[in-house]
Amino acid sequence: MSLDTSKIADTNRGTPATAKKPNKAGAVAGWADDRLSLGTLTKAFARKVFPDHWSFMLGEIALWSFVVLLLTGVFLTFWFVPSMSESTYQGSYTQLRGVQMSDAYASTLHISFDVRGGLLVRQMHHWAAMLFIAAMFVHMMRTFVTGAFRKPRELNWIVGSLLLLLGILEGFAGYSLPDDLLSGTGMRIADGLIKATPVVGTYMSFFLFGGEFPGDVIIPRLYILHVLLIPGLLLALIGAHMLLLVFHKHTQWPGPGRTEKNVVGYPMLPVYAAKAGGFFFMVFGVTALMGALLSINPIWKYGPYDPSKVTAGSQPDWYMGIAEGLLRIMPNWETHIWGITISWNVMIPGQILPFVLFGMIIGWPFLEAWVTGDKREHHLLQRPRNAPTRTAFLAAMVTVYGLLWAAGGNDILATHFHWSLNSITYFMRAAVFILPAIVFYITRRWCIGLQRADNDRLLHGYETGIIMRSPEGAYSERHLPISEERAYTLTARQRDEVHELHPAVDENGVAAPGSRSDQIRARLSQAMFGDNVQKPTAQELEEARHHAEHTHELEAGLAHPASGHEFDDHNLRDAEDVPLRSH
Amino acid sequence: MRLLNRPLGRLSRHRRRPLAGLLVVLLGLLLTGGLYAVFSPAQASQDNSAAQIKQGRELFLAGCSFCHGQNGQGVKTLDGNQLGPPLIGVGAAAVDFQVGTGRMPAVQPGPQIPRKEVSYTPDEIAALAAFVASLGPGPAIPSPEDYSLAGLSDSELQQAVARGGQIFLSNCSACHNFEGSGGAMPKGGYAPRIRGVPAKYIYEAMLTGPQAMDNFSNGNLSPAEKRDVIAYLQSLQDNPDFGGFGLGGIGPVSEGMFAWLFGIGSLVGVATWIAAHTARTSKTKAEM
Repeated sequence: MSLDTSKIADTNRGTPATAKKPNKAGAVAGWADDRLSLGTLTKAFARKVFPDHWSFMLGEIALWSFVVLLLTGVFLTFWFVPSMSESTYQGSYTQLRGVQMSDAYASTLHISFDVRGGLLVRQMHHWAAMLFIAAMFVHMMRTFVTGAFRKPRELNWIVGSLLLLLGILEGFAGYSLPDDLLSGTGMRIADGLIKATPVVGTYMSFFLFGGEFPGDVIIPRLYILHVLLIPGLLLALIGAHMLLLVFHKHTQWPGPGRTEKNVVGYPMLPVYAAKAGGFFFMVFGVTALMGALLSINPIWKYGPYDPSKVTAGSQPDWYMGIAEGLLRIMPNWETHIWGITISWNVMIPGQILPFVLFGMIIGWPFLEAWVTGDKREHHLLQRPRNAPTRTAFLAAMVTVYGLLWAAGGNDILATHFHWSLNSITYFMRAAVFILPAIVFYITRRWCIGLQRADNDRLLHGYETGIIMRSPEGAYSERHLPISEERAYTLTARQRDEVHELHPAVDENGVAAPGSRSDQIRARLSQAMFGDNVQKPTAQELEEARHHAEHTHELEAGLAHPASGHEFDDHNLRDAEDVPLRSH
Repeated sequence: MRLLNRPLGRLSRHRRRPLAGLLVVLLGLLLTGGLYAVFSPAQASQDNSAAQIKQGRELFLAGCSFCHGQNGQGVKTLDGNQLGPPLIGVGAAAVDFQVGTGRMPAVQPGPQIPRKEVSYTPDEIAALAAFVASLGPGPAIPSPEDYSLAGLSDSELQQAVARGGQIFLSNCSACHNFEGSGGAMPKGGYAPRIRGVPAKYIYEAMLTGPQAMDNFSNGNLSPAEKRDVIAYLQSLQDNPDFGGFGLGGIGPVSEGMFAWLFGIGSLVGVATWIAAHTARTSKTKAEM
């Protein structure tokens, strides 16, 4: 089905429309459309409306840095040799000439020093990888803190979490490929983590490395994971993520004209195609700038991997930093039983805790859904302050993450701030438990305080900053009502309902079914929502309106909210038109 | 033949005398001692003039003896800790390193004595070194031939750099970091940054093992190998930063910081900028 738009009038002038000569592009499009029905396919997508907000573009950073990764990665595969066969280096980096090294390392040196633009592309690839995972984290935090994971988007939350996990795995595999001293040290830690599995750890390590570490198969194996398997999975999941996004429609902030049933924004074509396309070039530009100006992973300084060598400042890339931190602060616990050593000191921080922490974040939406029992669809976002417990939980998790990050870099902290390495370890051991609790409490109270401030704004108006002196000599700050739009936006949220506990036994003394989980649910509900400040009722708002009657009279003739200077002689003194505040 | 045989014959006539064994032992000792004196590592005996040692002793009594004892025998605190270690046998090289880099005299005891302004003139340092060297035999201050790279041809220098790099990554980078940026040690100690340190002090540090550092004696790392390490460090210094700004040369921690602060920071800024400019005709910011 094709529609010949050339014959449709595009002016409202009196002269009749005349058919324009179809141009070449139109002819090609028409030819393709007749055979593939692209028109119907693209029409729905081209008219898809997306709302405008900066925080909705964070996921795009991840998407575009993934595209940069694909482009630069293909370039690197042309020269990279994923082999652990040894040869003597005779390339142009003289410091290593004559040194025995693996082909993987030698080819990375070749890319860095002998391939035109190779070092730039290698550095862009690495920076883009750091940004890819960082952007996923930021996007995930935005989704979490605004409640965008609620029904119907739970599945997309899971898909996103898988993307994050796979992204980290992909990054680690890529970090290990050049076979330099740092990546080999990283593989040694991975080997240690695997070996810490009780009973079967050694077998698993031998299967993975094809014998005793480091063996000679791990780099070809990681290479296939890095360039084929994981990117394939990532692409498929990104596709699913985007399809679900289009299918569910994008969430939006509440406001006048925005409901659970519509999306207010601009269509994909031409506005968002231009915006998103432009954003790709910005992301490409930033990675190119970083790749060109900032040195990353200078493998020529690390030298080829050799299990007998190590360097100070051996750290993983940032996204593995918390695993490193957990390992560094873990007390040295081991159990010897029936001739088997159980390395709690490696197993707990390496195999259990990272997944527990990740699981807590991934599981929260489902916990929240169970506690609220909310089965409604949500397309309007929540402001972080209107879900104080959730926001505080995220803040606490970010604190744990940050502390473990810092613990992973404890040697850098020690040298740069002149602290004792041991003191940092002791501090962190306690801080990872104490500080998140403090941060949780403060954030929660902060959110509730902001909710109160919102209610004050609704009921008493905003603070004008104008101090009035009454005839009696008392000073007071003049408050003025906020605009209708603002009031609508502030009140466009649902009231939280605290789950009431049903009696555990009915009047006949028979225990109600499921009362145990019901008790837990009621207790959690009270803890999560009991202290929240609810928006004022219609009656309260009406009373407040009566209260501010006088101001309303003053405002009656104005096209905008009163500035407050209606009450003083400011306008008399300053005849200049002072721009009004848009409260 | 008779002429040649005669003295030997006369000597051999006495070989069973009671004192002959003793004489041979004495001769052997004399020979060994003499050879040792000729071929042993040069002691700080060149400038060992008595006046210099005397000047050194006076300086030592004023500036060092509080912790190291009046005869350099070391001082223990009441609870058994070592205030200053004994200096007998540390040699002139140790003094030249510690005083020449300003580490000594220390301001206060602590986990590690930091590098600071040098307190003594070169003459005074030489006098102190001469005095400490007179306390007992120890490594002398290396001469410039030991660590200088001047005499090497281009290919020799390149081989020295390649060898030195491997020695450095095997023995030094574990504490001093892969490009000599330094690293942390337990309980407030640290392996200092060694980029830009004069070759003499790097050589002396390897030779004497100051503070927590291991001692790489000449039997352990030959003088040529020490020079190779210096050549490698020098080559790192001379190379441009191939990848751009080096971010402090401390590995992935600073890279992660830049990814977040610069990368994500600027891209979130760009997102805000793009979202703030809607498809309206006016350039005013969209009203939320």
